Amino acid sequence: MKQLVMKYLRPYFLKMGIGFVIKFGGTIMDLCIPYILAHIIDRVIPAQNRPAVFGWGGLMLLCSFLAVSMNIIANRMASRVASDAAEIIRRDLFSKTMHLSNAQIDSFTKPSLISRMTTDTYNVHQALGRVQRLGVRAPILLLGGILVTFTLDWAMACVLLAALPLLALITIAVSRRSIPMFGALQEAIDRFVRMVREDIAGIRVIKALSRTGFETEKFRSINAEVARREKKNGMVMAVIDPSVSILLNLGLVGVILTGAFRVNAGISEVGKILAFTTYFTIILNAVMSITRMFTMLSKAIASGSRIWQVLECGEDLQVLEKVYGEEKHEEMHGEEVMEDCEICFDHVTFSYRKKGEPNIRDLSFCIRPGETLGIIGEIGSGKSTIINLLLRLYDVDRGRILIGGRDVREIPTREFKEMFGVVFQNDTLFEDTIAGNVTLGRRLGEEQVKEALLYARASEFVENRSGREEEALNIKGANLSGGQKQRVLIARALAARPRILILDDSSSALDYRTDAQLRRGIREHFQETTLVVVAQRISTVRNADQILVMEDGAPVGYGSHGELLENCAVYREISRSQMGEEAAG
Amino acid sequence: MKGINEDKKRYSGRTILRLGRYMLQYKWMLALAFLCTLGSNLFSLIGPKLTGLCIGAVEPGRGAVDFGAVFYYAAWMAGFYVISAGMSYGLQVLMLTISRGVVFRMRQEVFEKLMTLPAGYFDTHQTGDVISRISYDIDTVNASLSNDLVQLLTTVITVAGALVMMVTISPRLVLVFAFTVPLSLFITKYITSRTRPLFRKRSASLGELNGFVEEMISGQKTLKVYGREEYTQGRFDGKNKEAVEAYYQAEYYGSVVGPCVNFINNLSLSLISVFGALLYLGGAMSVGDISSFVLYSRKFSGPINEAANIFSELQSAFAAAERVFRLLDEETEAADAPGAGELTRVRGDVRLRHVSFGYEPGRMILRNLSLEAQPGRLIAIVGPTGAGKTTLINLLMRFYDPQSGEILVDGQNALSYTRSSLRRAYAMVLQDTWLFHGTIYENLAYGKMDASREEVEAAAKAARIHSFIMRLPEGYDTVLTDEGTNISKGQKQLLTIARAMLLDARMLILDEATSNVDTRTEQQIQRAMRRLMEGKTCFVIAHRLSTIENADLILVVDGGEVVEQGTHRELMDWGGMYRRLYEAQFE
Repeated sequence: MKQLVMKYLRPYFLKMGIGFVIKFGGTIMDLCIPYILAHIIDRVIPAQNRPAVFGWGGLMLLCSFLAVSMNIIANRMASRVASDAAEIIRRDLFSKTMHLSNAQIDSFTKPSLISRMTTDTYNVHQALGRVQRLGVRAPILLLGGILVTFTLDWAMACVLLAALPLLALITIAVSRRSIPMFGALQEAIDRFVRMVREDIAGIRVIKALSRTGFETEKFRSINAEVARREKKNGMVMAVIDPSVSILLNLGLVGVILTGAFRVNAGISEVGKILAFTTYFTIILNAVMSITRMFTMLSKAIASGSRIWQVLECGEDLQVLEKVYGEEKHEEMHGEEVMEDCEICFDHVTFSYRKKGEPNIRDLSFCIRPGETLGIIGEIGSGKSTIINLLLRLYDVDRGRILIGGRDVREIPTREFKEMFGVVFQNDTLFEDTIAGNVTLGRRLGEEQVKEALLYARASEFVENRSGREEEALNIKGANLSGGQKQRVLIARALAARPRILILDDSSSALDYRTDAQLRRGIREHFQETTLVVVAQRISTVRNADQILVMEDGAPVGYGSHGELLENCAVYREISRSQMGEEAAG
Repeated sequence: MKGINEDKKRYSGRTILRLGRYMLQYKWMLALAFLCTLGSNLFSLIGPKLTGLCIGAVEPGRGAVDFGAVFYYAAWMAGFYVISAGMSYGLQVLMLTISRGVVFRMRQEVFEKLMTLPAGYFDTHQTGDVISRISYDIDTVNASLSNDLVQLLTTVITVAGALVMMVTISPRLVLVFAFTVPLSLFITKYITSRTRPLFRKRSASLGELNGFVEEMISGQKTLKVYGREEYTQGRFDGKNKEAVEAYYQAEYYGSVVGPCVNFINNLSLSLISVFGALLYLGGAMSVGDISSFVLYSRKFSGPINEAANIFSELQSAFAAAERVFRLLDEETEAADAPGAGELTRVRGDVRLRHVSFGYEPGRMILRNLSLEAQPGRLIAIVGPTGAGKTTLINLLMRFYDPQSGEILVDGQNALSYTRSSLRRAYAMVLQDTWLFHGTIYENLAYGKMDASREEVEAAAKAARIHSFIMRLPEGYDTVLTDEGTNISKGQKQLLTIARAMLLDARMLILDEATSNVDTRTEQQIQRAMRRLMEGKTCFVIAHRLSTIENADLILVVDGGEVVEQGTHRELMDWGGMYRRLYEAQFE
């Protein structure tokens, strides 16, 4: 939280300072009014001076005007600073979140990132505004009150002050306890968010299995957990107010007793005790305000540190100057073959969990520009992992991946990303127009969008929509069928004419005819593009230049359809299962 | 425009009433809270009185102090303060209990509402916005309930008390308030009417921002591989600015209320001192009277000032509550028909008669579709993408009801059964697999909670996923992280197949159930699939036509209509669309 404040509030220190000064002025004006009043009652009235009454009354009005305008200006400035700072914090947090690596997202989990983006930034925003608005008046009143009491009678003031350290102790103790409690509460809220998100995603399954009652019960326990934690926090916080009032009021009793002794001893006067009680009210209210701010701050601090956790996350997957030098690599191909290779996996080993069986074991292969690589294999054999590594969503544990002869870890990010067009297995369509989903905000002309939709064989249904390319899609493309979604996604991947096109099982919902036409179209119109296709169907990959057959994270076959039919048992079996004996033969 | 405003106005009134109803659940606790407030306020009024008596016992002059009386009153003071503090703690605990209870109930109601909304609701409403309502909006309501109500109550009590006291001192001087109180009411009302739409906008724009954030974080991987971080950031910045600006506007105008009311108080104070002075000069009031009048008037205006601040909080609470209530008022799936019966002892006979349906009026997806599925038959539905296959499933499961025509199950209209019993009659494996955060075991047993460990393992074995599960470090107790990111799509499909195997439903729907499963594995689970289908009426949607060759009836759907139907052999001989689709596999 400290870092967060230093980083994001520092630019506003001057503005906040000016705001404080104005607020200070407004507070003083507010405080002047009772003094003038006292003056009128004590001096002016006994003097029976009518014009002076109006004069002083006019001054009071002036002070009121000044107070109201200064307070409004100061509040406005405070709100402005809070809003501006919150905007930047939220912007940076979003930016950071969008740049987090997959491994980092996995460790934070998406629901937690979402609630950090939303509730936590909100808590901080709220506290920033309130503390500024209330944070001036109370300390001024407290300090002023204490000073005045000291001028009245130091001994009585000391008795009252004796209560303050105790108060500070209680407030600190409560904050100490409550900050981690607010943290725990936010975690419970993460779970809460996760469940709502999950159930919205799975609503059809839940309804189909008639489990709505069960889900409701499950939610009840999470809901109760959140409510219980909120209540517990509230109970701890609620200790502050009554203890402030007990301690200070007992202090007041002490003051009166001390006063009684001192009056008895002839070193003080009754009037002073009387005045003391007036200032006492001011001090009490000020202390209450301050402790209330502590409550607010505890919550903001817990939220702030959750935000900071994300912001301080190191940059994963940085672009490196030079990856190798220290380690000697056994290369699978001769140096000259490596030269004209587009994509080359060189003894790659990788595991997500960094322990146990690796997900990819010692994988090597190489394809030339413009070639097609098909990847086929059982589920869980590591097909998608190859894609993740090629896209550098994760870094390899051992070995290296080269594109055009350069290690992927050495290619600058922007250049690297512009190389690819990708469709993932579970890819996302956004709530936007069809064209917007294809371009994703890239600088692509209308023609390019049309062309991409055409080659992705999406034009036929897009043309039939009333809005054509500008037709709005529902969330996750819910108003499209499974096959239509996949075709829009493919159009997205084709639109920028990528150097490398990756299709991860992305035609599974297409019927065979459309799938075949699609593949033919891509090969015809994108001759320079290197194609990587992960598929379940032999028919999708059989025409590929090279086919990689994966099993349990390791390659068991590599070659053309014909070669593999001859010397790869696994491939033969897959082929037979899909095409029947005659086709496989 | 006027109509909308009036509608909003009516909504505001109802919002308050509805919030009130939630509070009334706790009427006894509320009554107790009221007593506590009353008590602690009265004690705080008595406190100064005792202080006065105590100080009065301190006779001026050396050695003149009546220590007996001083200690006596001091003891009373201490006692009262302790009781008052105890009461105020009790009050807070009460209010916490009430507000937590209300929030708990509201959240529960919203969640239950989510469960009964038509499945299509979430196709047009961002998850993030829904989350914003169930968390932020309800929180705002709650913060206001737990603090502001007590404050308001305190205000009412002190204001009433102070007013009475002031009237007894000088009825004429009270007339000053006849001017300032309406003035402050007017200003508060004016500002409120200005801020109300601002608070509404604040809640709405925050909801929109949250919706956007949720969508973008969900699709982060895609945005990242296309290098769209900056672009997304640009869109986010716009929405962020809007939300922050809305917050600022609401906050700023809301925070104007306090100083303004404070100003009016100061104004009345000035008036009181001037008129008081005049009254004194006219001989109608003593100085002592003026000073106590002023003291009470401060007591009077202090809480009013507070109340004005509370007002802006209440504004935001009402705006938030409105959003919650609007969600609660969304139309749910139509209730089961009156007298709808349970579908029991299912035979599995399904007929569609002239069914027509479209998600949007005027754009029919299915036109006049009829089909007959006798018990135990395997019905395959094929056709180009977008032909309406998944829609047909939506109708069978009654996620939607047809606009015309009827669906008969076991000879009776599907509408005459309760939805839940009808849905229970089906087992379903969908293209979109859904797993939740929980252990693999819990996910598998989801449809049949009383399944034994052996049953679950048997199903997993049949679905060829058992050995994969056993290789995981925790086996069946492995927790699937969010959205099951730690396993592949194909594995997810196998898990959902295993889940369906545990159900004993008489009817089965497979919608591209194995689209991401490699054919070798698919073949390995064939036997289990056949056993799963055995004796059940099955509806299968598949692109891999090899999997449906032995269907009893193949329906070829195109453009919302059945264009061909028959067995594999018949359709191949017919040489129409089916044959073309079939042959395309081997191109």
